Amino acid sequence: MWDLSSNALDTAKLRGASYSDVRVMHLRQRDLTTKNGQVGTLAQSESIGIGVRVLAHGAWGFASSDRLTRENVAACAAQAVSIAKASALAKRSNVVMAPEKAYVDSWQSPFRKDPFEIPLETQLAVLLAADGEMRKVKGVTLTETNMQFRKIDSWFASSIGSRIHQRKVISGCGIGATSFQGGEIQKRSYPNSFGGQHALEGYELVGSLELMKHAPVIAEEAAALHSASQCPEKFGTLILAGNQLGLQIHESIGHPIELDRVLGQEANFAGTSFLTLDQLNKLKYGSNIVNVVADARLDHGQGLGTFAYDDEGVPAQCTDIIKEGKFRGYLSNRETAHLIGLERSSGTMRTESWNRLPIIRMTNVSLLPGTWDYDDLIAATPDGILMDTNRSWSIDDRRYQFQFSTEIGWEIKSGKKGRMLKNPSYSGITTEFWNSCDAICKFDHWTLWGTPNCGKGQPMQTMGTGHGAAPARFRNVRIGTAFSKQ
Amino acid sequence: MTIAPRTRKKSGKVGQSELLSSRDLRGIMDTALRLAKSTGSAETEVHVDEVADALTRFANNGIHQNVFEHVMTVSIRTATGGRTARATTNRLDEDSLRATIEASLSLAHSQPRDPGLLPMPGRQRYRKVNRFIKATAALTPEDRARAVRLACDLAVKRGQVAAGIFSSGMSQTAVGNSRGLSAAYSETHSQFSITMQEDPAASWAKADSVDAREIHPQKLAARASEKAHLAVKTQELAPGRYTVILEPAAVLDLVGFLFYDFAATALRDKRSCLNDRMGKQVFGKNINITDDVFHPLQKGVPFDGEGMPRQQVLLVDKGVPQNLVYSRASAKAARKKPTGHGFALPNEYGEAPMNLVFSGGDSSVEKMVASTDRGLLVTRLWYIREVDPYEKVMTGMTRDGLFLVENGMVTSAVKNFRFNQSLIGMLKNVELMSPAARTTGEESFEMVVPAMKVHDFHFSEITKF
Repeated sequence: MWDLSSNALDTAKLRGASYSDVRVMHLRQRDLTTKNGQVGTLAQSESIGIGVRVLAHGAWGFASSDRLTRENVAACAAQAVSIAKASALAKRSNVVMAPEKAYVDSWQSPFRKDPFEIPLETQLAVLLAADGEMRKVKGVTLTETNMQFRKIDSWFASSIGSRIHQRKVISGCGIGATSFQGGEIQKRSYPNSFGGQHALEGYELVGSLELMKHAPVIAEEAAALHSASQCPEKFGTLILAGNQLGLQIHESIGHPIELDRVLGQEANFAGTSFLTLDQLNKLKYGSNIVNVVADARLDHGQGLGTFAYDDEGVPAQCTDIIKEGKFRGYLSNRETAHLIGLERSSGTMRTESWNRLPIIRMTNVSLLPGTWDYDDLIAATPDGILMDTNRSWSIDDRRYQFQFSTEIGWEIKSGKKGRMLKNPSYSGITTEFWNSCDAICKFDHWTLWGTPNCGKGQPMQTMGTGHGAAPARFRNVRIGTAFSKQ
Repeated sequence: MTIAPRTRKKSGKVGQSELLSSRDLRGIMDTALRLAKSTGSAETEVHVDEVADALTRFANNGIHQNVFEHVMTVSIRTATGGRTARATTNRLDEDSLRATIEASLSLAHSQPRDPGLLPMPGRQRYRKVNRFIKATAALTPEDRARAVRLACDLAVKRGQVAAGIFSSGMSQTAVGNSRGLSAAYSETHSQFSITMQEDPAASWAKADSVDAREIHPQKLAARASEKAHLAVKTQELAPGRYTVILEPAAVLDLVGFLFYDFAATALRDKRSCLNDRMGKQVFGKNINITDDVFHPLQKGVPFDGEGMPRQQVLLVDKGVPQNLVYSRASAKAARKKPTGHGFALPNEYGEAPMNLVFSGGDSSVEKMVASTDRGLLVTRLWYIREVDPYEKVMTGMTRDGLFLVENGMVTSAVKNFRFNQSLIGMLKNVELMSPAARTTGEESFEMVVPAMKVHDFHFSEITKF
């Protein structure tokens, strides 16, 4: 692979590139699903190719190809330079990159069991057993289970001398039960919606989920939701389970801190951000107990945003985003870092595949644990609503106003978890919401959740991001709006 | 060993890339079928897909990303003894194809037997459709850059900031199987999309066509520019129910969430909003919807994931959901004929209509505005998600230009709202429609939809801009 990369870098230089980097990537994926006790999807895929990014005449060009011969790789690099020169016809200014050292390294994400070495029969048996447990419950009309495994090798080389090989193994697994009854569809998922939990782990992730224990529970809940009370419409105290809080972080912190958004580079599609540059180190983003980091290092956990180097050859870092409630940092790359006075990229350039340009992406954007024991938090809440597992999510294109609904809720009365509530939802303004946070559970209740389906960029790229969260409490939140009949 | 030389010119190129000739494409398929036969697969289906796409992206009045991709995939489904599975690769040498076939067989053998698995379909007849436009395929990075430059110059001249994309490309797909089925299709595509920003406002315009010559970047830029300027000064209105005039992009992105409910499998799984509603007056009597891949304003592959020819299907007739779309498997279960809308097997979702055409009306956005005493003109919607799957309540935001209409005229811009609105309710409340036009948005696949005037559209909250 290094020969092909060097060939591309040499060609780009010869054609007039002042900088170039190359990613050869080999992606392998296995997908298994069941539905109502039968196998649904059963598929395996692989894709290998090269992406060449060059800077020529002060502008960017990118070309990719799956033709991995010496001649085709050279043609691909030449095409990238030709595209960069065309970009220069309508450039705004010359691209300037923050300095970065060259690295020669090889890294593999840790895993105990290679999911591609586990017999398919074993994997399907686990899913069919969980599927069967859910189907035993009366009132359940649809059962679904899934596993997804990925193994990604990338060879990064740049004209400043970096040569970095990384191998990542990613696993995902989840189950869901749906009940249609009396003109109402209710669903419960475990351990999360969007196909469950996803992490930079091996097959050991599946075992840790204890699907057989949870399958009957969610199936019973799906059926029971039909007779549950409707979530009331009011302003009140809200406790979010960790899986929902993970998505709240993703949408109302993770996206607004992307510097490409802030600088208008995503204005036509993903949108911009309310976090204009004058807000840095000034905005009171949340209450004093809110501490958020963007941490791609393995020390933070094996999340979907964990790596050793980003796709621009910058080592993984931990960046303070919110410290004691104050807004402290953005996600940047080598092109944007200097625009906010940073000497170095925060290392967040990521690409979906060899045929996509790396763009600024969330890594693991996590709310750091607080001090509360979960039982104490419930006991210390006289009147509130607990919401669990996302059902819908939406936020405006500058990331101010959001609305989320969850699959299930529970009333909290006099410090105890009470009756089940159906169709729970809440909404608010980002900074008002985070400033209303008055309790966060401790590390014992903290999970690094994986969001596998974050879409951004044109052409669209889907990326996995990590979000560490423990249950947390918020005051005076608008509840129940999504189902308002007003 | 490389099977296809990949040097023969088909009928166009993007940048320096060319699509394979149909002969080369056929050659890959035949090789895969031959190898599969020799490895013991009872039945084999091969998909060969090739894409050559280029996209020029601009922001802050200049190009900041400019990309090209060439992707070829071969996807092989084997079926033996009531067991089927799929494996996919982009490596075309014989060893890789053989390994992919073996992976498919291994996956298939790992599962319990499915007594309901159908044999693969035999040879089919296909209606010809030509959507490969040489002028689109020949568009160069320089062509796109020059068009972008003109749009950005307009923004600079008006004190605005432009962001957007100009893309062009071509693709081809072929499906064949060991029972003699063979189908192939190629098309070109192009899109131009622009957001003009005039602090604190923005507006947007977008077009999509198989023929890049039908896209007029300067007109789109001018339209977005004028609307952004109109949107600079906003007033805040109270949330509530309003009469809305939804421009076609707003209609598209909203109604796009309805159509997976027309899959027979979705009804069988009881996850469709049409369960217990087929044959009833669900929508207004002015709503007629057809799925028609051959409509002159449509594009897309005229056969499905098993190679079955797509049929024209009348989904909604005078507001009554009348028909569903069927894959071969769901058709057999329902004792219907397949409509050619199945996804590639194996999958758990079955099928979906992909080429929606609304019948539309004879009004226009201008006439709708003129007929409205008080209402809101909506340019575009954003981040639309399903809140209630059976009542089909959708939430989302207005974006890039929301305007107050009073006494038949646009009088001011309005701060953006969040909506929580049932799609079923919305399609009951349509007062006027424009003729349907090919429309492109950001949250749904392209359709042929009209602008709509709708009463009692529910806005629940307001944002800060």
